Amino acid sequence: MTMWVQVPGSEDGALAALRRLLGDLLEKGVVDALLVPRPAPGGGNLAQALVNRRHELADADPVAPVMPVQSARIVSALTAGGAPYRLGAVLKSCEVRATIELAKLKQVDLQRVLLIGVDCLGTYEPRDYAALVAAGQDPTAHALAAAATGTLTPVEGATFRDACRMCEQPVAEGCGLTVGLMATGGAVLVAGPEEVLRTLGYPEAPAPAKRQEALAALVAERTETRDRMLAEVRERLRDTAGLLAEFGKCIRCHNCMTACPICYCKECIFESATFDHPPTAYLGWLQRRGAVRMPADTVLFHLTRLNHMSASCVGCGACSSACPNGLPVAQVFRAIGREVQALFDYVPGRSVDEELPLAVFREDELGDVAR
Amino acid sequence: MAEDFEPRIVAFLCNWCTYAGADLAGTSRLQYPPNVRIIRLMCSGALDPVYVIKALLEGADGVFIGGCHPGDCHYQNGNYKARRRVAILKKILEQTGFDPERVWLRWISASEGRLFADTMTEMVEAIRAKGPNPLRGQWGI
Repeated sequence: MTMWVQVPGSEDGALAALRRLLGDLLEKGVVDALLVPRPAPGGGNLAQALVNRRHELADADPVAPVMPVQSARIVSALTAGGAPYRLGAVLKSCEVRATIELAKLKQVDLQRVLLIGVDCLGTYEPRDYAALVAAGQDPTAHALAAAATGTLTPVEGATFRDACRMCEQPVAEGCGLTVGLMATGGAVLVAGPEEVLRTLGYPEAPAPAKRQEALAALVAERTETRDRMLAEVRERLRDTAGLLAEFGKCIRCHNCMTACPICYCKECIFESATFDHPPTAYLGWLQRRGAVRMPADTVLFHLTRLNHMSASCVGCGACSSACPNGLPVAQVFRAIGREVQALFDYVPGRSVDEELPLAVFREDELGDVAR
Repeated sequence: MAEDFEPRIVAFLCNWCTYAGADLAGTSRLQYPPNVRIIRLMCSGALDPVYVIKALLEGADGVFIGGCHPGDCHYQNGNYKARRRVAILKKILEQTGFDPERVWLRWISASEGRLFADTMTEMVEAIRAKGPNPLRGQWGI
């Protein structure tokens, strides 16, 4: 039975209570440092901050509806080879799931990491978020108010990112601490191991049944959106002409790969000289085909990346947000990633104990693939 | 047109089994269609799908991957890993509107020269029936 506690001081608003919780985690020695979003210098966006003093949490914004960077990569930077201190990482669900994938890929060491999963309230594209702030809106206050009632609606006139609109995992499994905000009437509830909760000394709270109901309704709605969006992708990709059209606007800038939390390889083939073709190679293609698309290898790039990482794709949408030409990379990768994952009944980010599909095999499987 | 079509097949063969099987087919003077271009690898498990995709995007009508029989891999289990990679590759091809049956993974041992020649014949005819790779000659890949 999971134990829940309520952060006191919720009457000052959920944001104040969240900051109190984070400060207490530091002061009571549960963690030595926290990774938490706060307004970036100059405002208009968020930045992840590594913090070890309570007063640095005064402007912490752990539920800001924006994800300028996928923090799994930051957790990797902070823990590869073993964290030298106990780190608490305040993460959105997709960041938790990507962190778990990176742990399996030996890029994150979870040994001294407390994953703090906060109910994700949806995110805007960073530029939309900046525009809302510039227009005097308070996206965090709006999100918390919406969450308190249990229905997540974007600020009027704005839309959540496509990846969020089809995200059916607003809460990650496998967190050390779960921070519940959905349908709590403004209270901040925390679930986790009893010893940590006792250290915090907060009053115990009943299991939030309304939160479960609100989450179930959200997941149902998002699943419907997901199925519709992914069906559209499949319709567009029904033949090779559709494939070429889907990536027609790609300039092979590699932004999607750079933003992807799973694409960690330092010796990535696309960063190597493998595809730095000599001019004579282009001449060969020219003579054979009569015309060569430049820059070359755009479709190859995406198909290869699908082969290399789609089994671990958590659907965070960082790729789409990073695309300068608005390609729906995330939809394509989610649509195909789900099919790939289904081959092995694999759900990326669900548990560190589930082995990566490409790291293991069974002798008696896939008989239809080879004979 | 269809009668003029000669399939071009790129074959990635593992050094220890299928390549030796191809060698045996040759030294045994077994006939098989000359449509196959062989690339030797140390192990089917060492084949990055990027090279299969590259071959298909360049217009190869089929790609053949040959490895040791299950349990016979020179490196213990490279062929099992190849099978998972190829399963993923075929799923991705299917999902992007490309016929996954243009990619074959087969286990052929060093002693199976006859099986190699027969399999090449079978594949060339199967690909001939499918016709040319729809990506062949496309400029926008």
